[in-house]
Amino acid sequence: MAEKMIVSSSPHIKSGITTRKIMLDVIIALTPAAIASVIIFGPKALLLIVVSVASCVASEYVSRRVMKRENTIGDLSAVVTGLLLAFNVPVGVSPFIVIFGGITAIVVVKQMFGGIGQNFVNPALTARIILMASFPSEMSTWNKPFYYMQTTADAMTTASPLGILKSGASGTMPNLLSMFVGVRAGCLGETCAVALILGGIYLVYRKIISPVIPLCYIGTVAVLSLIAGRDVLFDLLAGGLLLGAIFMATDYATSPINFKGKIVYAVGAGIITMLIRIFGQLPEGVSFSIILMNILVPHIERLTRPLAFGKERVKK
Amino acid sequence: MEFPVKPFLTHGGADVPPRKSTEQIESAILPPPAQVVLPMQQHAGAPCAPLVKVGDEVLVGQKIADSDAFISAPIHASISGKVTAIKKVMLPGGQFSDAVVIDSDGEMKISPDLKPPVLETPSDLAKAARESGLVGLGGAGFPTHVKLSVQKDKPIDTLIVNAAECEPYITADDREIIENTQSIFDGISVVRRMLKIERVILAVEENKPDGIRKLKAIADGETNAESRICILTLPSRYPQGAEKVLIKACTNREIPIGKLPADVGCLVMNVTSVAFLANYLKTGMPLVKKRVTIDGSAIRNPQNVIVPVGTKIADVVDFCGGYRAEPKKLLMGGPMMGLSLADDSLPILKQNNGILAFDEQEARMNKPTSCIRCGRCVNSCPMNLIPTQLEKYSNAKDIEKLQEYDVMDCMECGSCAFNCPAGRPLVQAIRLGKGLVKAGGKK
Repeated sequence: MAEKMIVSSSPHIKSGITTRKIMLDVIIALTPAAIASVIIFGPKALLLIVVSVASCVASEYVSRRVMKRENTIGDLSAVVTGLLLAFNVPVGVSPFIVIFGGITAIVVVKQMFGGIGQNFVNPALTARIILMASFPSEMSTWNKPFYYMQTTADAMTTASPLGILKSGASGTMPNLLSMFVGVRAGCLGETCAVALILGGIYLVYRKIISPVIPLCYIGTVAVLSLIAGRDVLFDLLAGGLLLGAIFMATDYATSPINFKGKIVYAVGAGIITMLIRIFGQLPEGVSFSIILMNILVPHIERLTRPLAFGKERVKK
Repeated sequence: MEFPVKPFLTHGGADVPPRKSTEQIESAILPPPAQVVLPMQQHAGAPCAPLVKVGDEVLVGQKIADSDAFISAPIHASISGKVTAIKKVMLPGGQFSDAVVIDSDGEMKISPDLKPPVLETPSDLAKAARESGLVGLGGAGFPTHVKLSVQKDKPIDTLIVNAAECEPYITADDREIIENTQSIFDGISVVRRMLKIERVILAVEENKPDGIRKLKAIADGETNAESRICILTLPSRYPQGAEKVLIKACTNREIPIGKLPADVGCLVMNVTSVAFLANYLKTGMPLVKKRVTIDGSAIRNPQNVIVPVGTKIADVVDFCGGYRAEPKKLLMGGPMMGLSLADDSLPILKQNNGILAFDEQEARMNKPTSCIRCGRCVNSCPMNLIPTQLEKYSNAKDIEKLQEYDVMDCMECGSCAFNCPAGRPLVQAIRLGKGLVKAGGKK
């Protein structure tokens, strides 16, 4: 016993789960949707995904250097943000817009608030909203699925299904099967429902996310759609609902950590989404609804705090 | 009263690796060591004062220290020989205590004064338990006689015998069940008779099939309906053996914050404590030896060893073939709640059930990174607390918030930190937070 012993607080063993492993699982879960986007929207989609991931990782690296903080690109969270940001832009945007979005997401939304776990709104979604405000026409110009294989001189762009529904804009409404497999206009990663659902099942199976938020969010949208007399399946498959409910609303940093809080948060997001879709000027409400609920998270958590073991509920 | 058909649901916990590699190995008996060191504090409560002085000859079982305090337990010589020193030693928790050092005469002569106690009234049982020096052998070391002193306004209807043994590595209770099955039933029957307890539940985690089979063989043979014992198999999920969790799993009763098992009509005793009590009532031999699991990646021959209380850890490790690798961490108790020790010259205490030595690889911990708010700590907490918030309030020294978030309800089981992907030192922070609240006084 020559060497000194390590004396530390219990517990002395750990489960082995790390932030990096969690992020890697999220990346795996996003892969089917990424592949689908490249098939549907062509090589430009791949370019945007690569540029987005690279700009997020580079922003993370540089901002940590400038702030003289430990390098954290190894936790892979910037890769996840990069993927999600790319999933939230149309294929027609310039790569420079995506780079601008990546810098905004990582530097302004994430690192300026303290880095991973500290941001109070979802970085990728906030960046998307800033891009929508800064580049409104690029961010709402939708290329047709498989436009890159098109040989005739037909128009390459069309309206998104929600846009068609909202404004009666020209364009043919895709049928539900096309929407399910993702053959419709929309942001890169939001169109292929089957890929998103596969990813969601993988995350739940790996216990990375609890199914509470996606189910409550999607369920609320379905119920409200039914009440409003809309086509329920259309509402579920159109826009960014599945991408948002499965991958964005479940972001750890910006969603409640307790069970009841998750329900309140997800139902709230569902209600706002449908209010925007039915009454709003915009065709789509998923991004705004999630960001609004993100901001309410501290209050939701305070009001839904679980009762400690052996504690009696105090009547007020 | 009815027996539970299956365990009631409990919240949280952790899927800890069992690592119970010593469960099949019969316990070895350590030859008397050359020296034992008996600290005056081997239990929760007031420390004892020595009854012997340097130069005295002592015999096995002779009382060498006692206290007038109610919450305390006397200490007995575990070997025969001569008292060679009374000196300060550092305890596992870092505090100091006087200790009686006995050098062996190699003969293990037993004190002739030992005789089985006579039990006539319920209070005789508590008295006998006190004289035996018995403390909770599951690890907490709470003097048993205090629990057995039933108060009139808090009647006990259920005796829960705790054989969950949910800590990884530790198999001391498991071996007790296998090697000493009948004593457990004898002990239960005395406690039940003396305290007039209606219902007995022996709770054991399902990862002990051999022990469960032996227990059921005896329990099923009971023909008298009033003497029946429920052998309740619990899921193997840490921390099933924690008192509050165990009572919930067995009876669905929740101990209110700051209260004791007696407040919900329960008496919880460790399985080895119960078996010891039966042997003490037969032989009069007080608590002078203890079975400890010696295991971990740095131990050459992991096994259970029955050792005299006060044996130095180094002597027991030598008996187990010594270290196979440089030990970088030495634990008293299990890896989830055990205390890490600075060196192996410390003695084994009464309530010890395991000594673990980790090699460099097993001792290594990742550096903490930022909390990602994944909520795994919240899902793991058996007490329904929010460990990540408590950590923040503790670091901010916010006593008011710590109290509002029920920091004192934490039992430091470690499930939160075990499951934390960021490797946050949650238990450490919460322990500091509890200290702050205690020092700051309750509002």
